[in-house]
Amino acid sequence: MNSGCNMQFLQGNEACALGAIEAGVRFFGGYPITPATEIAEVMARELPKLGGVFVQFEDEIASIGAVIGASVAGTKAMTATSGPGFSLKQENLGYAIHVQIPCVVVNVMRGGPSTGLPTLPSQSDVMQARWGTHGDHPIIALAPYSVRECFDLTVRAVNLSERFRIPVIVLSDAIIGHVREKVVLPKREELTLVERKKPTVDPEDYKPFEDDGTGIPPMANLGEDYLFHITSNNYDDEGFPATNDHDIAGRRIKSLYNKIERYRDEIDDVDLFMVEDAEIIIVAYGSTARSARRAVMMAREEGIKAGLFRLKTIWPFPYDHLKAAAESANHLLLAEMNMSQLDSEVRSATHDLETKLHGLHQSNGMLITPYQIYDSLKGLV
Amino acid sequence: MKRNSYKKYLRTHKLPHIWCPGCGHGIILGAALRAMDELELDPYKTVAVTAIGCSARTNAIMNCNTIQTTHGRSLTFASGIKMARPDLTVLLFVGDGDGAAIGGNHLIHAARRNVDLTTILLNNSIYGMTGGQYSPLTPYQKTASTSPYGNLEQDFDVCKLADAAGASYVARGIAHDPRHLSRLIRGGIEHKGFSFIEGISQCPTYYGRRNKFSSPLEIMRWVKERSVRVKPETYNFSQDMDGAIPVGLLSHRNLPEFTDEYRKLVEQLQKGDNA
Repeated sequence: MNSGCNMQFLQGNEACALGAIEAGVRFFGGYPITPATEIAEVMARELPKLGGVFVQFEDEIASIGAVIGASVAGTKAMTATSGPGFSLKQENLGYAIHVQIPCVVVNVMRGGPSTGLPTLPSQSDVMQARWGTHGDHPIIALAPYSVRECFDLTVRAVNLSERFRIPVIVLSDAIIGHVREKVVLPKREELTLVERKKPTVDPEDYKPFEDDGTGIPPMANLGEDYLFHITSNNYDDEGFPATNDHDIAGRRIKSLYNKIERYRDEIDDVDLFMVEDAEIIIVAYGSTARSARRAVMMAREEGIKAGLFRLKTIWPFPYDHLKAAAESANHLLLAEMNMSQLDSEVRSATHDLETKLHGLHQSNGMLITPYQIYDSLKGLV
Repeated sequence: MKRNSYKKYLRTHKLPHIWCPGCGHGIILGAALRAMDELELDPYKTVAVTAIGCSARTNAIMNCNTIQTTHGRSLTFASGIKMARPDLTVLLFVGDGDGAAIGGNHLIHAARRNVDLTTILLNNSIYGMTGGQYSPLTPYQKTASTSPYGNLEQDFDVCKLADAAGASYVARGIAHDPRHLSRLIRGGIEHKGFSFIEGISQCPTYYGRRNKFSSPLEIMRWVKERSVRVKPETYNFSQDMDGAIPVGLLSHRNLPEFTDEYRKLVEQLQKGDNA
């Protein structure tokens, strides 16, 4: 790192990798895929200098498997991918959710389905991030909209994953991942880093999944003072299979949900731009929110009272925040680069308001421009 | 060595195990536990990793750190563990479907990478947990619930596969001879690099019953009668065995081990920084 001027000209993917390193990630399991590969390339170059491990695995499944293994061994670990790779990671992602192992998965979204549009942006993995793996489960997903936010939200993703023992997804997209911007990154001492909570009980009394009252069980690392078992089956507080006990099964699933619901105030994160007096509020995230912000300014110049409700945490969806913001607005305009994946969430948040919901959706590999959004706003006046 | 001293590597409060009467998996686990005992492995510094299937039922009853993962993926988790903590001894118990079908890609790449892992493949020639479907190690023409007219596919010589992929220690033992198998497993744990040991087990419930073996012992005898002890100095994987099963240490070579190589890279880069 250079001293003196801290201004850098960085790509979103580079900032994401640097954020992970600053947050303490010391294991990266990679697999090449456009438009996410730069993250692996930065990690391959930087991690060994820091004593960390970068390995390019044989496939996307192996890379997340190794990430989970490294995390159980006590290392903050991350992988990065795009659509097809994100699909392949889903089973092991569910494993990490189930057995409560922290890790971060970056998905730099591109157009799908299938190979789709490998070099073009999209926001069509929003629902896969929520429900891509089988079974009832919670998830946390964050959506950066600038190079600086790629850094900040990756740090936050690592922190949330360690804090809540859950995989956290960073939902970037091909524009945010590849755009270059001037940024000044925070110094290490300015960052708050979170370490996983370790057990303090006698080793004989350690139950790896027993609630200590916080809803987030302390986690021992491999090779330390505690012996433990982890299973992909439904499990009891000691971590052993409990596949015929309905009470334990029901409690386990509820506890996975509750540990996230209970701490929504730490997880929810929205950015409000000129919404106080707004009659029309745009709901957007990621690169679409950049266009939306510009459209709001254009509309304001014309005297149109527009505002932007930007999701920084997409999952869990901030229903209450959206409802509060939308209460005094006449119209909501949901703008996404997909076929309206968040429509039902926005409806659910605002179903008892008078506010009318409109959509601006585009799924063709092209960014929704400020002018498209501006035109939609004008059409609502 | 004290009699039964290997029992300290068992979580006896988690017994009995769930394997069928006559299953060979317990014998192979016993062979592994004896090897651990002889090497006096520290349970706190040992991790046993499994995935899905009958083979995955080995580690919940083992007294060390134990992780059961997703089907076929145990080698990926184990690789991450070993790379993050090279000081830990990492053992894997995989099955023939688990290790050679759904996990086949990870097997060849873990072998190629030569990570210091000891993989024991419990080969009972069948998917047992799901009720007896054919696996890549079910012999040609043998019957399974999904090959009711006989298996039309050729089976892998999984040791030959591991050797060709780059495994630096490859051995095969049989449940009929657990002491020999235990020595092979011990050798694999001691070896620095990727060690692969096939343990031929028996599944009387599904494989035996469908293929006209009247008892577990009959399968064990069938395997024993066909097995031939070989030595790595004289054995080569392409020799015609005329239906016999080569048993013993099949190949052994010293190759750069991945975590060692990685450590050297880190030292070199960090030294460069300080200069």
